[in-house]
Amino acid sequence: MSSETASGAAPTFRTDLTGRYRRGNVWAALFLTVTLLSVFFLAALIWTIVNDSFGYVILVNETDPESLTRDGRPLEELDAPSLAAVLEENLPGRRLRSLGNERPLAERSREDLYAIVMDEVVNPEVKATFDLSESLLAKEDIRAVLERDFPEGRLIFRAWLNLKFLGAAQSSVAVAAGVRGAVLGTLMTILVTILVAFPVGIGAAIYLEEYAADNRLGRFIRINIYNLAGVPSIIYGMLGLALFVRLAEPFTSGTAFGAAADPTTANGRTVLSAGLTLALLILPVIIINAQEALRAVPGILRQSSLAVGATKWQTVWHHVLPASFDRILTGTVLAVSRAIGETAPLVVVGASTFLSRDPTSVFSKFTTLPIQIYQWTARPQEEFRRIAAAAILVLLILMLSLNAVAILLRNRIRAKKRLSR
Amino acid sequence: MQHGHYREETTGVLSLARRSRPWEQAIQSFLFFCAAVSILTTLGIVLTLGTESWTFFKHVSPFEFLFTFEWQPMIERFGIWPLFTATFMTSLAAMLIALPLGLGVAIYLSEYAPNAVRETLKPILEVLAGIPTVVYGYFALTVVTPLLRNVFGQDRVDVYNTLSAGLVMGVLILPLVSSMCEDALSSVPNSLREAAYAMGATKLELSLNVMVPSAFSGIAAAFILGLSRAVGETMIVALAAGAGPNLTLNPFKAAETMTGHIVRISGGDIGYDTVDYQSLFAIALVLFFVTLGLNVLSRRIIRKYGEVYE
Repeated sequence: MSSETASGAAPTFRTDLTGRYRRGNVWAALFLTVTLLSVFFLAALIWTIVNDSFGYVILVNETDPESLTRDGRPLEELDAPSLAAVLEENLPGRRLRSLGNERPLAERSREDLYAIVMDEVVNPEVKATFDLSESLLAKEDIRAVLERDFPEGRLIFRAWLNLKFLGAAQSSVAVAAGVRGAVLGTLMTILVTILVAFPVGIGAAIYLEEYAADNRLGRFIRINIYNLAGVPSIIYGMLGLALFVRLAEPFTSGTAFGAAADPTTANGRTVLSAGLTLALLILPVIIINAQEALRAVPGILRQSSLAVGATKWQTVWHHVLPASFDRILTGTVLAVSRAIGETAPLVVVGASTFLSRDPTSVFSKFTTLPIQIYQWTARPQEEFRRIAAAAILVLLILMLSLNAVAILLRNRIRAKKRLSR
Repeated sequence: MQHGHYREETTGVLSLARRSRPWEQAIQSFLFFCAAVSILTTLGIVLTLGTESWTFFKHVSPFEFLFTFEWQPMIERFGIWPLFTATFMTSLAAMLIALPLGLGVAIYLSEYAPNAVRETLKPILEVLAGIPTVVYGYFALTVVTPLLRNVFGQDRVDVYNTLSAGLVMGVLILPLVSSMCEDALSSVPNSLREAAYAMGATKLELSLNVMVPSAFSGIAAAFILGLSRAVGETMIVALAAGAGPNLTLNPFKAAETMTGHIVRISGGDIGYDTVDYQSLFAIALVLFFVTLGLNVLSRRIIRKYGEVYE
């Protein structure tokens, strides 16, 4: 095993202890550096996201909101009819007609009208954005830029992640855009995924661990599951596209149930298809984790249950599952976190590129947070990078809270288990 | 159970005949169905990729697909090599980061780190592995690419380039490689460690001359599995490596990988039953077999060489 005897013809003793220890220390420092480097990567990643989601912006309005006040009331406090009047005064006739064709101005809600006024009349244009470190450390430079290049502009400190961002729908203007639809889409998709993958995954694990004999079929299923866990996620997207979007279109679009009177429904590219695709994707991970959890249950528990006359299923349901449920839950949450962050398969399945309406049922068109992040990041304008960073923060917080809930739940189950013993 | 349901409860005579328990049977069938879903999934993947690729290969010969060097669906040129080289470049960069760093981290954690340090570092690495890949893509595009362009020159490095995507992908794969390497190192029996110390080896000599060679199969398996992850990774390359096939081995140039191409084309409006659409399935088929091959190889290495100590 030692390289000394392997490399040298005659075995010699290396007595240069100081040199050897020095070399050892250098390498030890190297190993430590490498390890700290990976911690540094994580810190850099998180710092980048936070750094990009807050900071100064220079805004230049096309029309000054001050000039749009009516009867001494500022724009934000106007009611629907006066907002409609503002629109009629300021928009060209052609645009007014096309708005009216979509839906007459008089029938539109106040929020809707206000959004149109902000987008098309006030039209605040982001001329420059700055990140958090620049905003904190180089405020003078930013002011200089403002005075030199945009004398008519306003400098405001903007948290790109704010309540309005959470509550607003998608928009082609970065400052008005929000993630409401994407968050709803993510939650609905994940709900479908959990409802399918959780029971099926645990069922499969129970079958493999408790029922399947160690025969060729059982072994084949096991190997197959390990291989599935290694298939790239985008391939699951192709499967979902062919299977759920095209082949099972009547079901996934809801026409088979008579549910899809919704004209916005896009031929099978629905929340349901997305959720099912993700379910197939995380199924192997759930199965493998649940198998490990079941394997950790001591055999004596099963034997004593069977010995007093319980059937196999009674043993599993009343003894094996409760004893392993905390571990199963942990594994499932890991898998679900992965599903929340998945992007590629959903792009392939057909997430909508622009969705102004929220998803209302599983048969609605969908978009999710990661897809929103992808689309915003891919745009060249700086301000879209900013809202992408803000959306990443929302996504990370969502995943974090899911994990926190799961940990709390697991601890409660563990506490109960200890009590019952 | 209801009273009088079974024969001995009414007759009072113990029967040794096998009872029929429809409920138990039903449950067992359901559980079997759950397990069979995984087989159906595999079947579904093979069938969908296979049939669509089949129609594609009726239009474009497999020879042209595998051995020509131009991918231009617009003018019906379907040679996979530009996509292949891009995948190769990003995976290479990723593995150049992930393998040395991952191995270093694993050696540090398993040989050097005190227990408390290990217990804090491992969750941090897990967090690194749990961050969605689209976030890594954002990082590559907004931080690493500008950095590379400042270091190597704005005109030498494209706005989209395979190096940036590959480096960030390496960070993504690092936790996977390090945790597998650490498992391999910790499965080396203590007797080897003690023997090396008894012979007067220093900690470094122990790590590099005894532990790493002994755990070599596990390390090789980690490398191969990491490579398979890199080949199949999509969002980082879709955001940072470039849009548009480009036959180049220059890591500073933009080039589109197999996965990047699939995601870009299928994200746009594409008609079913067109050659473009079917070509995506042919690419996916190649991707499927490459990653499957790597995964099987990785597990086989562990099985064949890894059981020596167990």
